[in-house]
Amino acid sequence: MKLITAVVKPHRLDEIKEALQAFGVQGLTVTEASGYGRQRGHTEVYRGAEYTVDLVPKIRIEVLVEDDDAEQLVDVVVKAARTGKIGDGKVWAVPVETAVRVRTGERGPDAL
Amino acid sequence: MNGADTGFVLISAALVMLMTPGLALFYGGMVRTKSVLNMLMMSFISLGIVTVLWVLYGHSIAFSGDLGGFMGNFDMIGMKGVNPDSLMENFAGEKIPVLAFSLFQMLFAVITAALMSGALADRVKFSSWMVFIALWVTVVYFPVAHWVWGGGWLAKLDPAVIDFAGGTAVHINAGVGALAAVLVVGKRVGFKKDPMRPHNMPLVLLGTALLWFGWFGFNAGSELGVDGTTATMALNTQVATGAAMLGWLIYERIRHGAFTTLGACSGAVAGLVAITPSGGNVNVFGAMLIGVVAGAVCSWAVSLKFKLGFDDSLDVVGVHLVGGILGTLMVGFLAINGTGGLDQFISQLTGAGAVIGYTFVVTLILAFAIQKTIGFRATEDDEVGGIDQAQHAETGYDFSGVASSGSSVSATVPATPAQSKKVDA
Repeated sequence: MKLITAVVKPHRLDEIKEALQAFGVQGLTVTEASGYGRQRGHTEVYRGAEYTVDLVPKIRIEVLVEDDDAEQLVDVVVKAARTGKIGDGKVWAVPVETAVRVRTGERGPDAL
Repeated sequence: MNGADTGFVLISAALVMLMTPGLALFYGGMVRTKSVLNMLMMSFISLGIVTVLWVLYGHSIAFSGDLGGFMGNFDMIGMKGVNPDSLMENFAGEKIPVLAFSLFQMLFAVITAALMSGALADRVKFSSWMVFIALWVTVVYFPVAHWVWGGGWLAKLDPAVIDFAGGTAVHINAGVGALAAVLVVGKRVGFKKDPMRPHNMPLVLLGTALLWFGWFGFNAGSELGVDGTTATMALNTQVATGAAMLGWLIYERIRHGAFTTLGACSGAVAGLVAITPSGGNVNVFGAMLIGVVAGAVCSWAVSLKFKLGFDDSLDVVGVHLVGGILGTLMVGFLAINGTGGLDQFISQLTGAGAVIGYTFVVTLILAFAIQKTIGFRATEDDEVGGIDQAQHAETGYDFSGVASSGSSVSATVPATPAQSKKVDA
């Protein structure tokens, strides 16, 4: 199994959700997040005083998938998240040792 | 008694009342989330304290008799001798009730004290602030109002100082008072290091709108009646304020590259301040000029606090003192109806200078006395943790997340008063 994590722009959430559904993903977890990449944040001005806002709002989407689907799913997410502008975010996949469906106790791929 | 004039003065008084909560919102939106309630309360409390002091002795000190041009006498303590039938002449020679005039003037005193609160955001003990404004209106505002409007020495100058609705007595006075208090109280923890971004810009705009609306009563009401001067003042109030908003925004766009909301709001307030002393004595182009100049100059002036290193948190000095001085001096040149010119300018300069000198010294002494006795500043812990929680046992917003759900919901009324948490140091 693999855990796909995407930290992306908040307004791309709907597109990504639809893309994941179309791919056949059953569930996902969304968290509000903040952070910055190479572009850093932005500057705001109040009565001439400048405030640098480093951390910009992001969302983090997490999906558990079977190994075979991982590469393809990363591409799906990247395609749905992309605006082509700076700050589009990152997507990565990491191996997962085990997963359990809490209600039934099913383990591994059956739990997805 | 003239019913139309009386009615207008009473409605104007109600409009001026609205300015103080408007100011509270204007200031409240500019502070951080953790101290919004304290900011609102520092302005709002003035409606309690100054109202009471005004009827006890404020009206008497400002408007009863004359002791050497410096202050009134004590003949009207507790509104003694004034009843519903007591009448006075307004500027048009019509009779209006003294009580209507007194209510109108009371609310000027209320907002003047409240104006200073913006300079001391986030960091003073609320109890000390209450003591401060009680003393300040007593020894600063009431006498200065007498100088300008009560037949005191500035009114006796030849030519008399023009201060239609309070450029000297209200705005210069509050601006200088704020500066002196800030010099005693000191900077917020983290001034110039920590970001202290305004937490709610829509609140700032709402407050500005209420101020602008109330200002029609503040300015036009100062004619104490309904005539052409009232109309002039009302129109000029609108024109100067609109022009000042543009002046500030243009300056900001050139200097900082954006038309900011806070700039539009601040510019509007600067214009309102600047037209206050002069609005009845200039024409519509004079008002426009005063507005544009006030907008641009005040926009520049607010940056001075960073250069000079005093933490006038919400720019009371930059907007009210600088705007008040500009309006007071410019009327010397722009006044119509034959009152402009060098002599008038010298009178205006004398008036502005006298208020600056007197208010600065007396406020400095007052603030210092409070600092040395009951203490002016909140503790550093309270300031950093949020003065709302520490001083008012409340917070402005409930951002209930996981962390705040742990508090138990029990009976909130303490069994005995002695068990209630002491919230004010």
